[in-house]
Order: sequence, then structure tokens, then C-alpha cells
Amino acid sequence: MTPPGPDLIIFTRELVREYAMGGEIVRALQGVSLQIRTNEYVAVMGPSGSGKSTLMNLIGCLDTPTSGEYWLNGQPVSDLDDDALARIRNKEIGFVFQTFNLLPRATALHNVELPLIYAGYGARERRVQAVHALERVGLADRMAHRPNELSGGQRQRVAIARALVNEPSILLADEPTGNLDSTTSGEIMQVFAELHRQGQTIVIVTHEHDIAAHAARVVTLRDGVIATDRRQAA
Amino acid sequence: MPVFEAFRLALQTIRAQKLKSGFSLLGVFIGVASLIAAWSIVNGVNRYMTEKFAQTLYGVNTFQLRRRPMFAANVPDSVWRAWRRRPRIKFSDAEAVRAALTMPVVTAWQSDENGSVFYGGKEARDIQLVTASERYFEIKNLRIAIGRPFTAQENRSGVPVAVLGDAVAKRLFVDRTPLDRSVRIGGIGYRVIGVVERQGSVLGFPLDRFVVVPAMSPAQNLVNPPGVLDALLVKARSELEMRDAMEVAEGVMRSRRHLRPKQDNNFVLDTSEGVQRFWAGISRILVIVLPGVVIVSLVIGGIVIMNIMLMSVSERTREIGLRKSLGARRRDVLRQFLAESAALATVGAAFGIVAGIGLTLLINAVSPLPASVSPASVVLGVIMGAGVGVIAGVYPASRAARLDPIAALRQE
Repeated sequence: MTPPGPDLIIFTRELVREYAMGGEIVRALQGVSLQIRTNEYVAVMGPSGSGKSTLMNLIGCLDTPTSGEYWLNGQPVSDLDDDALARIRNKEIGFVFQTFNLLPRATALHNVELPLIYAGYGARERRVQAVHALERVGLADRMAHRPNELSGGQRQRVAIARALVNEPSILLADEPTGNLDSTTSGEIMQVFAELHRQGQTIVIVTHEHDIAAHAARVVTLRDGVIATDRRQAA
Repeated sequence: MPVFEAFRLALQTIRAQKLKSGFSLLGVFIGVASLIAAWSIVNGVNRYMTEKFAQTLYGVNTFQLRRRPMFAANVPDSVWRAWRRRPRIKFSDAEAVRAALTMPVVTAWQSDENGSVFYGGKEARDIQLVTASERYFEIKNLRIAIGRPFTAQENRSGVPVAVLGDAVAKRLFVDRTPLDRSVRIGGIGYRVIGVVERQGSVLGFPLDRFVVVPAMSPAQNLVNPPGVLDALLVKARSELEMRDAMEVAEGVMRSRRHLRPKQDNNFVLDTSEGVQRFWAGISRILVIVLPGVVIVSLVIGGIVIMNIMLMSVSERTREIGLRKSLGARRRDVLRQFLAESAALATVGAAFGIVAGIGLTLLINAVSPLPASVSPASVVLGVIMGAGVGVIAGVYPASRAARLDPIAALRQE
């Protein structure tokens, strides 16, 4: 395995992921080679069954490939065990989910603190960093609110703050506007644009063209392989 | 995740799900409460036995020369049969022992048998009929409420006079005075000359159902074969003098029985230690049975907690998936759920301790059983509670820890 160049955040070579499903082997990914540089803003598109969720799970270190290589921020991660992957997810990846996935009984602040707990920070430092992350998404005045006291857009911004709080190498968003109306979607995309301007590397998985239009580069998957990969003016 | 965080989170979850938590606490609660209450009773009765009961039953610095021990627990049949083959204590034995005791002691003869006492048409049944000599009252610390005890002269001559226990007097005479009335014992009229002060009861056994008559009075034939007595009671002024007196008595008896140096005594010199040993035998049984009860309820408590935790894991699959995606390692998730079930059980144990202590105080207040809380039982309660929680939590927690984050996140 040759290590990739220094400014490559994501480097995959011939990623294959197969599942055994009811005695049959499903090849969800059939050799994906993808390179994403620091501060790129990439949208991954494709119809359902194209393998984009599988790719997203592999990039997010929630899953390991059947074969192929994956380097994240200069580290080979394709062969790591569970606990090592958990550490990578904690330090290198910020997830934003379609359904927000906030803890319902915890305040916005506590939700944002969660990754810091697993990173082993003390209470005071957690608070400082979590407050800072909430300020970055414009929610400094909603810290003590619980998710059910927040609007959908606000919840997603809490989730983004949580994803940012450990200063990850990539922000990985899976249909981040799927549960939001178009106005709110616009606001969230504004947040992403601002984070990108600040230097954040972002990967968004979506099937909506007008969301993908915000990205500088669109990768389209079809049947487990990359069909198109083109740059566009944002 | 540090242990402290895990426990903070656990307590939050328990607070948020009060009803469910309450139910899962129940088993441990009952286990620990019964542990503490039962232990307190044994503990309290133990103290009572050693401090008070033995003293009332035997008197201070008193020993009894008997054929066999008055109280014995767990005696094998063979030993029991050997005891029954031993020669009885004779009047002449008692006289010889008393004559040999040069130190100042008080002695009394005592024999007893269950029987009935009649007055007019009334019968007091199941009465301890005691034939004794005049110093018996002194040794047993029986104070006379009305009338008087019998005298040495009356005892020697076998005058049919009787001193009644409080319960017997009440049963036969209700409100009238029993003095100078004639009760019938074994068909012979006895003149009542005194009534003993109320003694109350020990552990629910009444101490007032007795009648004392002179050892030489006709009732001696109801109690023992001629010339035989159950016990010679010897009360010394101090423990030391009692030991001396026991040595003398042993020597006298051995020589009278012609025992060779290697032969065991075929009589006993019983002291209150004997009662205490008897009680120790009983309490040992309690101490063996008690943990059984406690263990059963703790096991049930553990199973309940395990089920609640399994439910909790499956309800919170998505939360677990999320935590894993944010960097929780297996051991973080494991620790979180273990802490939760340990905290559940410990909270249950804490309530159990409070209830156990409350129960102890209640038993003290309303029943004759003396109870006192043993600090060791409290410590053990906490340890067992937390232990049950951890053990019951292992399986659910390891299931949670092994969840695949992708599948867990996808779950609705």
C-alpha cells in the first residue's frame, strides 16, 4: 500500500463491499476509487441502490470494506478493529444525519458535548468547546433547550455543532435536509457554505439536485461504481 | 467515558423512567430489606440471650448439677440415649456436694414436671410444677408479690404449702386473694402462702405459669422417683467462686460415682453458658437459612433488572448507534449500561436498607422480639445490591456493546 499525498483527506483504491443476503452475495460497491482533498465540498449522488449509503458508511468508518484500501487523513483505516474505528469516528469524522439523532432528554449543550465525553475531555473544557461550536452555528441562545423545544432547522444546527465540536477532518452529511422544508433547507445549506468557506472539508450524500448544486464537485454512483465525477462552479 | 460520567448518565436515565425503574428495584429492595430485618432480629435476640435471658433463667454466678444439660441443640440420638442411661442425681448427692462446699454459697434443690393445679371447679393446665427447697426463690430472683415463701422448716417437714406464679393465681382466683385458700395438686390440698411477682415472657414464652412447693412435700412423687432430684442449684458470690465451687462439686460427684480418671463425667455442671451455646446453635441455623431467602429474592431481583435492561437496550438501540457513531467504544457502551444496572440495584438496596431499619424499629416496638440493626448487614446489603446490579447488567450491556452501529442507527 502506498500512502497518498499529504493534502488528500480521503483516498480510496478499489473499494469493494459485499453483503451476504439470504444466501446471495450482494455487491453493493464494486471497486470505488475516490480522492478528496482538504477543503473540498463534495456531493455524492445516485439513485437508491446505487451504493451511496454503503460508500458513506465506509467513508464514515462505520463499516469496513471487503477489499480495497481506504486512507483517511494519511492513516490506513481499512483494516482497523472496532475500537480503533470508534476512535477515528470520534476524532476525524463529524456526522450529520437526516433525522438529526439528538438525545431527546439532553439539552442542546449536552448533545453537543457528547463526542467530547468519548474523547475524554473534562467537564469544563467540554463546555467551552461545545459553547463555541453552538456559536458557530448561530445557536448560542438556545443552549439550555431540549430538542423538543427547538425547530427542525435549529435541531439540525445542533447536530451540525455536535459534528464540528471535535474539529473533524471531514463533515459527513447524509441527506441533511431530507426532513426540512425548503426555506430551512436553504438556511442549513448556508451554514454548510459558511463552514466550507472557513476551511472545512464537507461530503454530502443526497439525491436532490438543488442540494448537490451547492457543492463544488458532484460524484454520481450507479450500480456500485462511480458513474460521473465532475467539478462545477458553486 | 469515565466511570463518573457513566454513573451520572445512569442516574439521569433512572430519574427519567421512574415507574420502570421502581419496578426493577423491587426485587433488590425486598432482598436487602429482609436481609437487614432478619439479621437485626438474630442480632438483637443474640444480645438479649447473652445479656438477659441466660441470667433470668439461671441467675448470676449460678450453676446447676444435673444429669444432662437443660438446653441442647442438635444433639445426636446416640448422645441423647447415653444421657438417658446416666444415673439420676440423688438427695444424698446433693447433700454431699452442699456439705463439701466451704465457700459461702446459696444452694437449692429443684425438680419440675408439667401438671395441673385445681381450685374449686377450676383447673390451671400445663403448669410447671416445681418441687424445690426454700432458697430457690432467692437463687432464681423470684420476688414475692403477696404472702411469703415457704421456710426451711416447712420444706424439711414437707408441709403442703404452695407459692403460685402470677398467671396461675390469676387463672384460679381472678380477683380474689389466693392466700390461705387450698389448691389441689395431684389430689392433695396445698395451702397457698404466696404469689410471685409477674415475670412477663421471654421470646413469647410465658414465665408465670408455675407453682413452687416444698421439695419434701407429697408432690415430690409426681415429679421424680423417690430420693431423686433434677438439679442442685448453687449460687456463688462471684464468677471466680462459682468456678471453685464447680470444681469441688465435680470432685465430690466423681468420687461418689467411682469414676476413674479417664472416664467422662456422667453428670453436668450447667451454667448460663449452656443456654448461650444452645442459642448459638439455633442462631447458626438461622444464619444458614436466612441467606437462602435473601439469595432467592436477590436472584429474582437480578432477573427483573436484567429484563428491564434488555428492554432498555432494545428501546435505545438508536441511541446506542448514535453514541457509537460519535466515537463510543464497546467498553464505553458496556460501562454505560453496567453503571445503569448497578445504579438501579444500588438505589434499590438503599431503599431496602431504609425499609429494613424501619422494619427493625417496628419489630422492636410491637413484638416481644428484641432487634437491633447490625452495621455489617448494612454494608453487606449495599455490596450485594450493587453486585446483583453488575451481574444482571453484564448480558444486556454486552449486547448493547456489540450492536452494529449502522444497523442500530437505521432502526426506527
